[in-house]
Amino acid sequence: MTGAQILIESLKREGVEVLFGYPGGQVLPIFDKLYDSDLKLILVRHEQAAAHAADGYSRATGKVGVCLATSGPGATNLTTGIATAYMDSIPMVAITGQVKSFLIGNDAFQEADVTGITRPITKHNYLVKDVKDLARIVREAFYVASTGRPGPVLIDIPSDVQMQDTEFIFPQEVQIRSYKPTYFGHPGQIKKAAKIISEARKPLLYIGGGVITSASSEVLLRFANKIQAPVTWTLMGIGAFPSDHELSLGMLGMHGTAYANHAIMEADVIIAVGARFDDRVTGRLDAFAPNAKIVHIDIDPSSISKNVAVHIPIVGDAKNILGALLEEIKKAPDTKEWLKIVDTYKKKHPLIYKDEGKIKPQYVIEQIDKITKGEAIITTEVGQNQMWAAQWYKYNNPRTFISSGGLGTMGFGLPAAMGAKVAFPDREVFDVAGDGSIQMNIQELATCVANKIHVKVAILNNGYLGMVRQWQELFYKRRYSHVGITSPDFVKLADSYGALGIRVTEKKDVTAAIEKAINTENTVLIDFRIEPEENVFPMVPAGEALNRMIEGLA
Amino acid sequence: MRHTITVSVENKFGVLARISGLFSARGYNISSLAVSETLDPEISCMTIVVDAKDEKILEQIKKQLNKLIDVISITDFTKREHVERELILAKVNHSLKDKAKLDNIVNSYVAKIVFSKNKTAIIEAVGEQDNIKKLLEELRRFTVVELIRTGKIAMAKGDTQDD
Repeated sequence: MTGAQILIESLKREGVEVLFGYPGGQVLPIFDKLYDSDLKLILVRHEQAAAHAADGYSRATGKVGVCLATSGPGATNLTTGIATAYMDSIPMVAITGQVKSFLIGNDAFQEADVTGITRPITKHNYLVKDVKDLARIVREAFYVASTGRPGPVLIDIPSDVQMQDTEFIFPQEVQIRSYKPTYFGHPGQIKKAAKIISEARKPLLYIGGGVITSASSEVLLRFANKIQAPVTWTLMGIGAFPSDHELSLGMLGMHGTAYANHAIMEADVIIAVGARFDDRVTGRLDAFAPNAKIVHIDIDPSSISKNVAVHIPIVGDAKNILGALLEEIKKAPDTKEWLKIVDTYKKKHPLIYKDEGKIKPQYVIEQIDKITKGEAIITTEVGQNQMWAAQWYKYNNPRTFISSGGLGTMGFGLPAAMGAKVAFPDREVFDVAGDGSIQMNIQELATCVANKIHVKVAILNNGYLGMVRQWQELFYKRRYSHVGITSPDFVKLADSYGALGIRVTEKKDVTAAIEKAINTENTVLIDFRIEPEENVFPMVPAGEALNRMIEGLA
Repeated sequence: MRHTITVSVENKFGVLARISGLFSARGYNISSLAVSETLDPEISCMTIVVDAKDEKILEQIKKQLNKLIDVISITDFTKREHVERELILAKVNHSLKDKAKLDNIVNSYVAKIVFSKNKTAIIEAVGEQDNIKKLLEELRRFTVVELIRTGKIAMAKGDTQDD
C-alpha cells in the first residue's frame, strides 16, 4: 500500500467516518485515495474552520475529531484551531502534508516547519520520515490524543512518504514507554478526602470540563446528592451537572452568578473536579476561597497546585475517583444550614436583566432555550455572546454547550456548530454569535449550505465588539477605541450563500424568528439587532476577589 | 536557586526542541544543558541546571517535563547525594616566564594542558562547578582569551540507576 492508502486505512480502523479539510499540492496523494474511499471529507472554506469543525465534532461526540490540510499556509491556518483544542483538552488529530522529505529545510515552495510551529500547542506531534512508521504513528496519535488529559496531536506527512509503498501492518497495541496516564486515584488520598468531606459544614463542588471528558456526569450527580453539596461549574463544565437541579449554582468566576461566587468564598471544603483554577474563575488568587480546604481531582498532575495550593490532590480519572469517594464516604456531611445560606445568596443576588427598550440579548437566549426546550447543542463565538449563552440557556446535559474556553477564539462558533451538526444531523444546533466574531469565519456559511449542514446562527448584533466595549466603558472611561464595527447586510449575505437570512429589530418578533429558523430546512442566520450597550453582569473585574462583583442592576 | 535535574528522553529528532521550548514558553531560564546518548542508544540523557526561585516552580517544571510524551524519567538532585562534573577548555595566553606558574596551577586541579605553543596553552579541566570557578579565578592572572564549558552533568550516588 502507499502511504496515502495506509493513512486512510488506519483512519478507518480508528473509527473515523468524517474529516474536515482542504486540499493542496502536498496532500494530493491523500486526496487521490480519498476519492475512492468511503471516508467523508467536508470541504471547508478556510483551514482554520477545518480545525474548529473537527473540534466541535469532538466536543459533541467525545470522539477524536480529524482535520486535514496541506503544507505551509494550509498547515499554519490550522494553528488557531489546534491551539483552541489544546487549551480546552479536546482530542483531535490534525494531519498536514509536508514538502517532499528531501526538500525539507530548503525553504521549498509552501514549506513551513509545522512540527516546530505546533510544538507548544499540541499534546504531541510527529513528522513521518519513513512510510514504515506511518500506521504506528497514526495509531499512537489517536491513542495519545484521546487518553489521559486529551489534546490535539499533529501528524506531518511529506508528500513523497504519501506515495511510497510498504506493507500495511496496523499495530494492535500501542506501546509508548514514557506515556502512562494515571486513571485510579491514590487510595490513601481518597480516604483523606472522604474524611474531610464527611466533616465539612460548607462543602462545595467546583467542576470543570474534565467531568465531561471523563463521562462522569452520572456519578457526579449521585455524589452531589449524597453529600448534599451545592455545585458550581466553569465555562468548560457547563452541562456536566443539570442546571435545573436544586443544588445547582450555575457558573462561577468573572461572569459567574453572584451566588456561586459568594458560595465559593464562604465554603469550608471545595471539591474541585476536572477543573484547573483558571484566572477567569479564581479572580484574585490570594483572596480565593479563604476558608476552604481544597480537594483537587484531576488527571493531569501539572494542573494540581499550579495556581491554587491544594490540600488533597488526587490524580486520576474523575469517574473512577468520584466512584471510589462515593464508596468511601460513610457519613454524609450535615449541610442543611449551609444550603439555607446558599439559598439566601440565590434570593439576594439572582441572575437578572432589565427587559426593556430594544431587544435584550439575554431575552433572545432565553427564547432559544424555551423553544428548543433546552435540548439544542449551543455553540458560541467569543465575547458577550458567549457569556450570555453561558448564563441564560439552561443546559442539563453534557456536550450541549460548545465554546472556546481557554483560548477564547473568536470565529470558533460557526465551524464548531458545523462539526456538531455533522455529528448529530437530527439535533438542533445553534451558534450564538456576535456581529464581530461571526465575521471571522462567516465564509463557512458556504460549507454549511453546500453540505446541507443546517445549523442556525443567532447573531446578537450590537454594532460593537461588545466585550471590549464593555471593558472600555467600565475601565477606560468610555473611550470607545476602535470597537464600533460595521457589518454587511447579514440577510443579503445569507441569501447570497444560499442560506436563509432573517432580521429582527423588535422584541415581539424574536420568538417567531427562532421558530422559523428551526422550521426551515436550511442554514439560517438571524440578525438580532440588540440593545447596543447592554453589558454582561455580574462581572468580577480582572484581578479582583471573586465576591467583589459589579452586579449591574442597582 | 539553582537546581540540577536530569531528564531521560527518547533519542529522537525534535526532542531537545520540545524540552527547551517548554522552558522558554514559561520563561524559565536554563543556565546549563548537557545532552548525550546513554548506554541504551535509544535513550538520551539531558542534565539541566535551571534557575527556579522557589520549590513550586521547580515542581511545575518537573510536572510539565513529565507531561511530554518523549520524556521517560526525571531525576531531581536538589535533595539527593550525587556526583556532578563539568568540563572546560580554556585558551590562555601567558608570558614565557609565567609558564611554570601556569603549570603549577594546572597541576593543583584536575586539569591538564592539552595543547601548548609559544605563549598559548589550552587547558582542560574537570570538576565540580565550585572547583572550576576557583580555577578560573586563578587563570585570570593570565589572559584567558577563550573559554568553552560543557555545562554540568550529574549522577546520583547509589548502586542502581534509581537510587
